[in-house]
Amino acid sequence: MRHHLLLRVITKLLVGPIILFALYVQFHGDYSPGGGFQAGVIFAVAFILFGIVFGLTKVKQVFPPWIVHKLAALGVLIYAGTGIYSLMLGSTFLNYGAFTPAHPEHGQHWGILIVELGVGITVAAVMVAIYYAFAARPPVINDEEW
Amino acid sequence: MTSEFILGHLNYWLFIVLMMIGFYIVVARGNYIKKIVGLNVFQVSVFMFYISIGKVEGGTAPIFPLDMNIDPDVVYSNPLPHVLILTAIVVGIATTSLGLALIVRIREEFGTIEEDEILEIESKLQAKENSAEGPSMGGRA
Amino acid sequence: MLVVTAIAILMMRHLFAVVMLSSVFSLLCALLFVTLDAVDVAFTEAAVGAGISTVLLLGTMALTARNEKMPRNFSPVPLLVVLVTGGVLIYGTLDMPDFGSATSPAQSHLATQYLTQSPHDIGIPNVVTAILASYRGYDTLGETVVVFTACVGVLILIGGLARRRRKDEGGAN
Repeated sequence: MRHHLLLRVITKLLVGPIILFALYVQFHGDYSPGGGFQAGVIFAVAFILFGIVFGLTKVKQVFPPWIVHKLAALGVLIYAGTGIYSLMLGSTFLNYGAFTPAHPEHGQHWGILIVELGVGITVAAVMVAIYYAFAARPPVINDEEW
Repeated sequence: MTSEFILGHLNYWLFIVLMMIGFYIVVARGNYIKKIVGLNVFQVSVFMFYISIGKVEGGTAPIFPLDMNIDPDVVYSNPLPHVLILTAIVVGIATTSLGLALIVRIREEFGTIEEDEILEIESKLQAKENSAEGPSMGGRA
Repeated sequence: MLVVTAIAILMMRHLFAVVMLSSVFSLLCALLFVTLDAVDVAFTEAAVGAGISTVLLLGTMALTARNEKMPRNFSPVPLLVVLVTGGVLIYGTLDMPDFGSATSPAQSHLATQYLTQSPHDIGIPNVVTAILASYRGYDTLGETVVVFTACVGVLILIGGLARRRRKDEGGAN
């Protein structure tokens, strides 16, 4: 897409706000619509847009595949780790109230925040990894045929 | 069959019509990408069915005011289907991408993504295998 | 609108148009979810259906084919199966409660409990998030693992990991 100047300029303007919006959706999910699943998808969309317009090699420099693959596993580990932590505190699996026994509501807030972060990381990494896998294959249809 | 009954059930019937269109695309069309799109239509109509069960007449989205002063007169819609469908959408796209990856591999192996042609190639391969290995199997294959 | 779009998807042979129409279909769905009070779901559907799935379908199209070929012969069997299934499903809905009824079984047990208990138990305004991450934490953990597993599957199928293995085998020989 080297010839599309307009697309490249607009993409440069858009990628930042998209990531910012993803972070807002991630951490404001307790108070408004949103949460880990949506934030992860929006976060991945920023990188996919960048990859479509500037090419796969550029986006792989920004966000290398080996980091993406590790992050996908890390998110699940964060989620499960939260459950294990509450087990260690002597409560049941994924019972966030155990984090602050004096005030269970605060524990719930923390637990939900951490768990949503884990979900967000996994979903974002998975979507980017799937995009990399598809885009890395040599296409059989060339640009003019569309 | 009063008009009230029809109005109250019309939404379910519309979702079933959509579902059946998706189903028809899946079973009747030979192109694998089209089958995946049909599967998506089917899936989304199931989602709409669930969400419409959770709707309460005159209700609003299940989000409380920020200061948590909940007005007991406000009716909230059922949040449980929302949770189920929310996760189902994301899982749906992940499994769809798995199906698309399979299609890409099929294209690389067979050179086509039409069901008829693949079945033809398969039967040819099978016939060739049978004629090559038939005698050693005692002519039964 | 949704039905018209779905029929258009059925009729089109040009796969590019089919993919674009499925994106339109997702956006219309998102609008419907907003009117049905499911703002979280609408948000997800708009981001996933209209964004990511369109990109993935286009990517697959670029790797495979652009047009659907005509089916060789029209068979009435699929149509019959679909009509019978649809008829049975519609017969099944006749016993269902009216749309939006506040006294239906779906509204009367667990939902009221979640709506009245969650401000006290968890204390965050978005009930959907509260159920998703806390009451139904196990479910969500499972869903996350499913997403992760799907990713592993895609990487095994087309992720370039196979190429590395082949190279290793070549080195061993």
